Amino acid sequence: MKRSENKEGIKGMANPGRYGIERVAYWLMRITGLGLLAYFIGHIYETSSILNGREAWDEMLKMTQTTEGHILLTLVIGMCVFHTANGIRVMLGHGGIGVGKPARPDYPYIPASQNMKHKLCIYASIGLAALAMMYGLSVLFGE
Amino acid sequence: MSETQGIAEEQSSTEISSQKTITLKIAKYNPDHDSSSQFASFTVPYERWTTVLDAILDVKKHLDHSVAVRYSCRQASCGSCGMKINGRPRLACFTKISELNSDVVTVEPMNNYPIVRDLVVDMGKLITNHKKMMPYVVRDDSEITTDTKEFAQTPEQLEEYIQFANCIKCGLCNSACPTMATDSSFLGPQALAQAYRYVADNRDKGKDKRLKIIDESHGIWRCHFAGSCSQVCPKGVDPAMGIQLLRGYLLGFKK
Repeated sequence: MKRSENKEGIKGMANPGRYGIERVAYWLMRITGLGLLAYFIGHIYETSSILNGREAWDEMLKMTQTTEGHILLTLVIGMCVFHTANGIRVMLGHGGIGVGKPARPDYPYIPASQNMKHKLCIYASIGLAALAMMYGLSVLFGE
Repeated sequence: MSETQGIAEEQSSTEISSQKTITLKIAKYNPDHDSSSQFASFTVPYERWTTVLDAILDVKKHLDHSVAVRYSCRQASCGSCGMKINGRPRLACFTKISELNSDVVTVEPMNNYPIVRDLVVDMGKLITNHKKMMPYVVRDDSEITTDTKEFAQTPEQLEEYIQFANCIKCGLCNSACPTMATDSSFLGPQALAQAYRYVADNRDKGKDKRLKIIDESHGIWRCHFAGSCSQVCPKGVDPAMGIQLLRGYLLGFKK
């Protein structure tokens, strides 16, 4: 019998709105992780240009002095701060820290693992990333 | 034949006494004949207490009896009627139409399971993964052996796992899980929460065996703590918590 697996796939991840802020954090964590990986590869390419001499290095650095370059670096700052702050929350959770204790559930069931501490940490991670980006923008475009 | 029609008309007219109606969109798909899923729309009357399952059965009785749906207890105990309702996995018998606050109710089969037909999915993999976790108390001795004491527990010891014993194997957690959406080999939150249920049971002696089963690349380490499994659980099991606590055992934070 022919049967579809009916998997949501990437499409399911691209719709983080249905399951609350925890799913948004999961989605942002993935996106920022991929973004930082792309930046890391680009950064290696950028720094390797020094092997072609000072002129090549200066030419490469000019790319980061444009408006687009500044916006890209601001995004990198935001991704880095969010990924670090949220990563600490997730790592603590993975060790069983701050996820609550098993108890007889009472209706309406509110999962203890999705508690206010975690929600606050997610909002704080987003807030910190926004603040860092604003600071980055002020430094990069400030002159 | 005429009698049957008469009974059907009588029941129909009784139920259509409600003033309020919704549009129920049901996903219709037969893998043997259809290339993709199509939605069939029906106008269904409802009352304050009408559940989504009641509405589907109303359609099945009066409008289109070819709709395939699985259900049994109608009281959120058997876990048969899991489906995607307005985009979220829920039990049809536990979801009232009036609580959805929508004039259009869309019902689809749960994601991450093969579709058998329409709203019915194949739960075979869920049961296989559940069985892999050895869902029973492992002992060398037995309560029924002569001269063996009964396996008494304190209320505190019971509290450690009783929440996870509430699982009805409806599979909603696996349907909401973003890892299940991309990794066919992942054990899934249902199976992992059941592993925790027995690992945390002080009577059980199979902890090492279970931890060995889940400690693999498509096992517990694939969970990224998105928490969607716990948000859709109709029994308050909180699989996300169980998985993280289980990791505590594997990482040596818990004994």
